[in-house]
Amino acid sequence: MDWVNWLVSTVSRALAFGVPLLWGTLGEICAERAGVVNLGVEGMMILGAFTAFAVAQSTGQPGLGLLCAALVGGGAALFHAFLTVTLRANQYVSGLALSMFGLGLAGLLGRGWEGKPLAATLPTLTLPGLARIPVLGPMLFQDQTVLTYAGVLLAVLLWLLLFRTRWGVVIRSVGESPATADALGIRVSLVRYLCVGFGGLLAGVGGGYLSVAYRPAWTEGMSAGMGWIVIALTIFAAWDPLQAIWGAFFFGALYHLSYRLQAYLAPELLKLMPYLFAVVVLAASGFGGARWRRRAPGALGLPYVRGER
Amino acid sequence: MVGPVHAPTPDAHPPLVLLKDITKRFPGVVANDRVTFALHAGEIHALLGENGAGKTTLMNILYGLYRPDSGEIWVKGRRVDIRSPREAIQLGIGMVHQHFKLVLPHTVAENVALGLAGTPFWAPARAIGRKLRELSQRYGLPVDPDRRVWELSAGEQQRVEILKALIRGAEVLILDEPTSVLTPQEAQELFKVLARMKAEGHGIIFISHKLDEVLSVADRITVMRRGRVVGTVLAAETNKAELARMMVGREVVFRLRKGTCRPGEEALLVEDLHARNDRGLWALRGVTFRVCRGEILGIAGVAGNGQRELVEVLTGLRRAERGRIVLLGRDVTNRSPRLLSDLGCAHVPEERIRMGIVPALSVEENLVLKRHHRPPFCWRGLLRPKAVRAFAQKAVEDYAIMTPSLRTPAKLLSGGNIQRLILARELSGKPAVVIAAHPTYGLDVGATEQIRQLLLRQREEGAAVLLVSEDLEEILELADRIAVMFRGEIMGIVPAGEASLEEIGLMMAGERRLAVRSEGI
Amino acid sequence: MRRLGPLVFEPRLVPSRLAVLGVSLAAVLFALLLASAVFYGYGRNPWQAYAQIGRGLFGTWPSFSEVLRRAIPLILCGVGLTLAFRARFWNIGAEGQLLAGAVAATGVALFLPVPEGWRLPLMFLLGFLAGGVWAVIPALLRVKLAVNDVISTLMLNYVMAYIVEWLVHGPWKGPTMRGFAYTDAFPLSARLSYLPGTRVHWLTLVLGIAAALVVTGLLARTRLGYEVRVVGQSPEAARYAGINFTAVFALVMLLSGGLAGLAGVGEVAGIHWRLRSPGHISMGYGYTAIIVAWLARGSPLTAVLTALLFGLIFAAGDYMKTALGLPFQITGVFNGLVLFCLISFDLLMFWRVRLARKEEAWTGSTGSSAR
Repeated sequence: MDWVNWLVSTVSRALAFGVPLLWGTLGEICAERAGVVNLGVEGMMILGAFTAFAVAQSTGQPGLGLLCAALVGGGAALFHAFLTVTLRANQYVSGLALSMFGLGLAGLLGRGWEGKPLAATLPTLTLPGLARIPVLGPMLFQDQTVLTYAGVLLAVLLWLLLFRTRWGVVIRSVGESPATADALGIRVSLVRYLCVGFGGLLAGVGGGYLSVAYRPAWTEGMSAGMGWIVIALTIFAAWDPLQAIWGAFFFGALYHLSYRLQAYLAPELLKLMPYLFAVVVLAASGFGGARWRRRAPGALGLPYVRGER
Repeated sequence: MVGPVHAPTPDAHPPLVLLKDITKRFPGVVANDRVTFALHAGEIHALLGENGAGKTTLMNILYGLYRPDSGEIWVKGRRVDIRSPREAIQLGIGMVHQHFKLVLPHTVAENVALGLAGTPFWAPARAIGRKLRELSQRYGLPVDPDRRVWELSAGEQQRVEILKALIRGAEVLILDEPTSVLTPQEAQELFKVLARMKAEGHGIIFISHKLDEVLSVADRITVMRRGRVVGTVLAAETNKAELARMMVGREVVFRLRKGTCRPGEEALLVEDLHARNDRGLWALRGVTFRVCRGEILGIAGVAGNGQRELVEVLTGLRRAERGRIVLLGRDVTNRSPRLLSDLGCAHVPEERIRMGIVPALSVEENLVLKRHHRPPFCWRGLLRPKAVRAFAQKAVEDYAIMTPSLRTPAKLLSGGNIQRLILARELSGKPAVVIAAHPTYGLDVGATEQIRQLLLRQREEGAAVLLVSEDLEEILELADRIAVMFRGEIMGIVPAGEASLEEIGLMMAGERRLAVRSEGI
Repeated sequence: MRRLGPLVFEPRLVPSRLAVLGVSLAAVLFALLLASAVFYGYGRNPWQAYAQIGRGLFGTWPSFSEVLRRAIPLILCGVGLTLAFRARFWNIGAEGQLLAGAVAATGVALFLPVPEGWRLPLMFLLGFLAGGVWAVIPALLRVKLAVNDVISTLMLNYVMAYIVEWLVHGPWKGPTMRGFAYTDAFPLSARLSYLPGTRVHWLTLVLGIAAALVVTGLLARTRLGYEVRVVGQSPEAARYAGINFTAVFALVMLLSGGLAGLAGVGEVAGIHWRLRSPGHISMGYGYTAIIVAWLARGSPLTAVLTALLFGLIFAAGDYMKTALGLPFQITGVFNGLVLFCLISFDLLMFWRVRLARKEEAWTGSTGSSAR
């Protein structure tokens, strides 16, 4: 029965670690479906992590911390939207700048908060009834925060929004062919602002989760490249929120195993696994016919200018 | 001959649309110079003019895509300011652009539902389906709401565009060069639809540069030339000669001198060629033909029937899954573009600016693209600027490329000069085979004539020319034999002298020519 | 054309050199202006702080030499990145490539039995190759398997950083280093000499400037350079012209990564004399080099100048830490700000500004068409 316990705790922790990845990926899917790549996820997550920690530590309310993290992430994303949509700056460079800036700023502001454990952390839940199911109960329905379930619910809602509603048609059209949307009177810029901004909210929450729930403390650079993994996951999930769920939890498992397997392999080599896997997974999905199915939104990365010569 | 210009008088039936003294400038060009144009309910008003005459600009202004620099727009007797397509749609104006504005990966219903007021929040595509079927029946525009747009033929996509406008309650429908993507028979079908819409009181603006179709479909015709209105005439009171004079601005339309065809040895042989398109579906299914030195083989067909993929496979840009290509007796199936070009296969690409030139590089650097790796332009990996410059100087003179200097970025040249640059590069190496895709598309009348002459000269000098074009007139004028493509197959190959427009039209719609086997390839 | 007060803005397709220079300078100055908020935040007058930093850095040769010292890795990485960016290959991996070079150099310095005189040349050669090979991987992944280059280069940074961590904690941990995660110190024959009175390992600096000259010549005058420009400006046209993408990207990345690798050799052989944790070896040079290359707008020679600018910023960071007691993270914030300002100001280059003439109305009128 030892391996069952091992499996239960591994899956449970994998879910917990997958949460920031899931939130971040859902946000990036939202932005990229509207045609804007945001490489600033790493920056938005670290800013979110710092904000959530600072607010939770000062007010004693982790929920408020998460809310502020969301607002900060959304604000940073709106700035990215301003640069890329209105000023038509290169989306890659703007995103990179956001990540550098975010890492720098969070590091700067967070110096005084370094290393102190958080007093008020986000509570974990035990779902009544469900948690009693043998094996599955403790695996899925115990010791998770509300964000685990909210993330999965959000993925489903985002999928419904994108593929089953009028707004979804508008968002996907803006990402595929902004000229078409424009010719039908859609405000392309507005849609892009909203999608990028909403994506930033989610990334902020994902970052906040790190510092108020998963590892309730603040350390500089605690997002540890998760923002970049999120970009890879977005491609890997083929811009589909439902696929993002298992993609995020798969990488969550990889992160977790890099702690779990330290008895067998040097910890440094284990820690590089998620990053190596991100490349391997993308390479594997480049084989064969998969390229056609994993088609990016048609106008991804391109600024839209109405065709005045 | 010049008809009355309608003034904004408060009469009982003001025109549906009145554009008054519209001026629009782009850097370096006056696209519309004090243009006045009126459309009444229940009429088809053609806007006739050469490429670059300013027709599309004027309509983009009416549709809110551009703002005029000066001038007034009146709709149903009310002065309006149309700042965006949204406002144009609200005023009852619909436009079918020459390059369709459709989201290709989405379904027909999703395309129609996009931005449509009054669609339900949940499952908008499903709700729109019923309404769509009803409308398509009423106007005779059959489409399946659940199909993805990229699966549709160009004609079907056009129907989607028209339905998009109708479902938004368009009283004014602007059609920009609508027949360029249709077979002659499909065009007749379209004209019937337009007649039905006219009878219901719609006003239709029909943009075209083709005299015959304008005369047969329109009630009134406004002719534009170089951004100005030359005049407005009633279709019933004019004729082709008068329209041509108004459109081109001179009495006699230029005629190409075309010598008799003396085909020589076989230069290009294509056998049972199969290839897939970008989505992995079959785009070519067993294409077979040969082109000899000293002849022009025209490939006719409606856009999207495999012509693009054919050109790409022949020039090494796309993999052939089956079949073979023989160039000058050598099997070159699936060889690299560089080898094909080195062997003497010139390629005038369809996408001039995206593929034919490197926009940011200079004219001289663009002129040696494809040959930059060979002497005299390159020696042991080093470029030789003097050789490049000397060659470019001569090419610019020989092909009359108008450029401020050899160092000017190619993107600053006009469309005609960009095409001259491409032809100078491709033809100066004495190619054995010239593959030209839509070589005159979108060019003005002067450049068109010159480029057609250049192709004919290649033929006289013994090159085998493969001319792919959707412009039937061009094919009929230049080609010695005409092959018609439909859904990745060749429906038949006919000598140009024996070809009737009707027969070619039928083949474009998928009727196989019975004689194809007996005549050979 | 738009009019604002007495000024007229006209669009243009090709920005003039003057406009590029002016706009870039304006962007950097604006970033300085924004960064002064940070000084206020720490309760300091930004103007006094800037003046103090200026005096501190430009006052003496040893203090100014720190600017040069910091600029060396930035020059090498930045020149390499301009080459990659000219081919529109998003090499965000200079950080990892630098570390790869450092690892190779350490291997040669500590573990390869070579004659003393050969040691340094071999360190540079293998460092170049290690950085280059590490960079060729994403090039091949992009051409053959359509793997996004931003992600693959970034991920490989983390992979290489953890490899370095593993080496200095594990197999290469120096027996004489006790608790520290260092390798043993390099032998003297594996250390670079300094300009007198400074820590400027001049050999690497010379290599950097030579690299800028070579890459400039390569871009302008060779077949490979021509193909790089075609591939970067118009991939469609490159395909059409039969240019071999695999060869172009592989060569470009070999050079780009190789130069970053040289930077890594310079840091371990010139500054640290040992391999230690990645954060100490690089300080984010590979990431800052992205800004260096972007600010240089594809010109390797300009990249030398912009690298000096960022060398200055790093040196200022050191100075602020020691003399003003401000955290070093300010440099990160400032780097981000500069990049933000640069890309926001870009659009300005495509507008020509001049004084309006009297007859020109507030919006374009028929009057101006007569010009």
